[in-house]
Amino acid sequence: MTVLAQQLVLGLLIGGLYGLAAAGLSLVFGVMKVLDVAHGELIMLGGYAAFFAVGLLGLDPFASLLVVIPLSLLLGVALYWGLFGFVVRADEETRVKNSLLIGFGLALTLHALAVLLWTADERSIVTPYGGAVLSVGTLSIPVIRLASLAIAFALIGGLHLLLVRWRWGKAVRATAEDWQAALLTGIDVRRAYLLAFAIGTALAGAAGTLVTIGYSVSPSIGLEWTLKALIVVVLAGLGSMLGTFVGGLLLGVAEAASAATFGGPYREVVGLVLFVVVLVIRPRGLFGR
Amino acid sequence: MSVGAPPGGGRSGSALAGRFERRWAAAILVALGLLGLLPLAAPREDVVNFVFLILLSITLAQSWNIVAGYAGQVNLGHAAFFGLGALVARTLWTDGRPIVVAMIAGAAIATLFALLIGVAAFRLRGAYFAIGTLALGEILRSTVSNVLPEISTLPTQTIAAYRLTQRYYLALALAAVSVLVVAVLAGSRLGLGMRAIREDEEAAEASGVGALRLKLTALALSTGLAGLAGGLFAFYHISYYPSHPFGPHWTFDALLMTFIGGVGTLHGPVLGAVIYVVLKEYVALRWVDFHLLIFGAVFIAIVLLLPGGLVQAAERARRLITR
Repeated sequence: MTVLAQQLVLGLLIGGLYGLAAAGLSLVFGVMKVLDVAHGELIMLGGYAAFFAVGLLGLDPFASLLVVIPLSLLLGVALYWGLFGFVVRADEETRVKNSLLIGFGLALTLHALAVLLWTADERSIVTPYGGAVLSVGTLSIPVIRLASLAIAFALIGGLHLLLVRWRWGKAVRATAEDWQAALLTGIDVRRAYLLAFAIGTALAGAAGTLVTIGYSVSPSIGLEWTLKALIVVVLAGLGSMLGTFVGGLLLGVAEAASAATFGGPYREVVGLVLFVVVLVIRPRGLFGR
Repeated sequence: MSVGAPPGGGRSGSALAGRFERRWAAAILVALGLLGLLPLAAPREDVVNFVFLILLSITLAQSWNIVAGYAGQVNLGHAAFFGLGALVARTLWTDGRPIVVAMIAGAAIATLFALLIGVAAFRLRGAYFAIGTLALGEILRSTVSNVLPEISTLPTQTIAAYRLTQRYYLALALAAVSVLVVAVLAGSRLGLGMRAIREDEEAAEASGVGALRLKLTALALSTGLAGLAGGLFAFYHISYYPSHPFGPHWTFDALLMTFIGGVGTLHGPVLGAVIYVVLKEYVALRWVDFHLLIFGAVFIAIVLLLPGGLVQAAERARRLITR
């Protein structure tokens, strides 16, 4: 029983990262109707940025977020101007399809680039407090992963406030609801797109940092994280950042429960099966409107 | 800017396009026929292996082209059917059945599986279909690598009897079959219906095209060919992990070759396959995976600027000259 409880707790902890990884994808897809399948590669780049920020600047791993997030914002702006800004000119159906293809090309390119620059080796960040464990009853909770969960929650909460309170956050939400109506009320829709994409990329960077701290980074983690993010987006549906976070936790727990029932190797399969089933039966997602 | 836009836009579907594609089919089949002389003229193993790879790639690209290029359904789980074909064919063949029987059985299983999941998957439109099939492919790959983690190696007496020319001629025949299938499809009512769905599914339904039935037909043809190609892979390689042919890179290769050459055309995927394999083999000699950087960038440029691929570029250049 304690073994199962321990696994579920670990599942919950990684679920927070799933939620954070999915939040950026959900924002971009919801607002721009652009499905960026290179999201996992953006997470991978964030992970490397954190790795080098810690290695070269000697920053504390969690403090590296302060470097990685602004860098990712800039990357998002550059990618929007260079690539995705062209895609949003097409009508909706073509837009989704073309963005998928462009995201795919981008994923391939970034992966190959990462292998060339940093080799295919796995890297992780070693911290003095890396082995610290919090004991609660019979459960032991790794401090780093608990801190990652808290940061992921704080970032999602912050984003939620931004979207609800900030003037431009409201503009972004209005664009997601109905871009034509938003345009008629005088909202600069293109700028809302740019904002959504930049924030989405920044969230990917933050997720990559936490992944590298708690686990490890290599050029090939992209596809895996894109799939996790897609699963969560489909599970949770579009429209609510907090719903996305809960969806992430749900996936983490479901994976842990299935690993305990069917054995470790099948944890990936269960998430994907859930994904296909929800996609076919309830395409709006569990919490979607 | 539709995904599967053919070169020259409005010409597709007309009688002219049929004749146009028949001429290309004849040219490609003649070229393949000439390649039949290769093992006699240049019995160097590396050359034969190289052309074998091109032929396998032509079959794979052409098979993906049917469902994505003609019917407009971007299937990102194509590797699942290549893998199923390989798995079934390898099992039956090493059990002592003739390879052709084993390959046909593999293709049949792949097609059957495709029809089974197709009914559910085609409830999804556009990008949702794409990510749904991507997940499906990964489910199969994960499961196969869990159930069959051991490497599959041919028994020693089979290795001793291994003859490359056999594999080569089988690959040649398969490539010819794939080109023929697409050529017949392109000139037929069936192909016309598929293109109608690709351009506008609602409009096609409204004018009496049974969209689901045609999409399933396209998927069956596409996955059947992919299953055959998988069987060829299983016949060619001496040892590999059973999950390897299920890897997503098989889908990605097919997608890149088709788009670079020209999606939704007969000769585009053939051109794409030749260029892709040539560049990949030569570049990989010096830098591993460097070709993916080049092809990724070229692919993005093609989607943004030249949705008809190299075929469209050639068409434009020809018109500039002849004007």
